[in-house]
Amino acid sequence: MTEPKAFDHADVVLCPGGPMLLRGDHLVEDADGVTHRTERPVSAICRCRKSASAPWCDGTHKLLPQKQRP
Amino acid sequence: MRRRSLTLAGWNVRLAVGVPPGHDLDFCSPGGAVLTPKPRGPLSEFVFAVLRADLDSDRATPWPAAEGHADAAITLWTLYELHYRGFDDVDDGLEWHPALLGPRHELEGDLERRLRDRFPGHQILGGFGQDFFAFVADHDGLSLAAHVQRDADRDQVLELLRVRSIYHLKEADPTAWVVPRLPVATKAALVELLYDEYGVGDPNRLHAHLWAQGMTACGLRCDYGAYIDEVPAEVLEQNNAMSLFGLHRRLRGAALGHLAAFEATSSMPSRRMAQGLERLGLPREIVDYYTEHVAADAVHEQLAVRTICGSLLEAEPGLADDVYFGAFTCLDLENRVAGRMLARWGVLDSDEGAVA
Ligand code: FES
Ligand SMILES: [Fe+2]
Ligand SMILES: [Fe+2]
Repeated sequence: MTEPKAFDHADVVLCPGGPMLLRGDHLVEDADGVTHRTERPVSAICRCRKSASAPWCDGTHKLLPQKQRP
Repeated sequence: MRRRSLTLAGWNVRLAVGVPPGHDLDFCSPGGAVLTPKPRGPLSEFVFAVLRADLDSDRATPWPAAEGHADAAITLWTLYELHYRGFDDVDDGLEWHPALLGPRHELEGDLERRLRDRFPGHQILGGFGQDFFAFVADHDGLSLAAHVQRDADRDQVLELLRVRSIYHLKEADPTAWVVPRLPVATKAALVELLYDEYGVGDPNRLHAHLWAQGMTACGLRCDYGAYIDEVPAEVLEQNNAMSLFGLHRRLRGAALGHLAAFEATSSMPSRRMAQGLERLGLPREIVDYYTEHVAADAVHEQLAVRTICGSLLEAEPGLADDVYFGAFTCLDLENRVAGRMLARWGVLDSDEGAVA
């Protein structure tokens, strides 16, 4: 008989080459010291520093050469 | 409301036809009825007449052959719509009628065969996430958003909004069919994404509703399927592919691969759309719809690829081909829709992207 297994479910997920996912409500302080409240169930924080919507990811990391991605 | 009975491909059907008085038509409709579309050939003409029950019973069988893709596509689209919102001139009782399901099955078979014939396959090089994003980058085609950002005029943009409305007014709905068919981790992951698409409990934030408000602000109709008669066959096929994947448990891998490719090609194009709409001075509401999707889909692409498709393939590795098949279909159909629209506007000289 198989037992229902437990899952590892993280609140913070570092996406290879992309943003950091953050589950839940948080206040995020950006590089200039300005705070931003998360607005959705899961938020993506830019790690490549190229987003035009910082501190949120806007997909721009995909335009960077492989080596420059986070 | 009239009632009549007829024989439908050998079945006896009793139908209530006409618009019931006081029927609440749509979350945003100013009161117009949602009616069956204009036929695009002998098959759709026949089927729509059957649906509206204005065929003589002795002419109800057999169904004529479709004349071309547009005829087949509008027929299938209309049959699928019976599962979403239905039509005010079609009896709700026909949704699961065996006389409609048989021919629908054939139309679906044709569509799936044509979609599978176009799929070039995929390679396994590294981890799934990396491979999938690379696959999407390799197969991303013509961009309507780039045209809107820089060159499109107001009429072209309004035409594009009408064409896009066929999907955006039921945004996320085709994927919602898939939920009960998934393993545990994938089910949780998909609902996490859908929760955001459906407004996190706030109807004002529901994406299809944001879209409807954008349409209204632009002076366009926001009732369901209002512009169906003017959309090219490629758009019908794009819509039908999503319903096909969503409604068949067998195709759950394709449905989620399609979702992942859709989300992974949305964030940056949404920024371009927002910039183009601002350049043309279009209303705040429609700009907001796209701005919302810059941030939302930067999250959704990670969720769709990593947590949704990733967990599905962990539980059901045999579905990898279908995940890529769905992803390819999404990108390929969008490329063909873009080819058709750009050709209509004289931006591309040939319409090579069109459905043959
Ligand atoms: S990590 Fe996505 S834009 Fe920077
Ligand atoms: Fe959305
Ligand atoms: Fe999304």
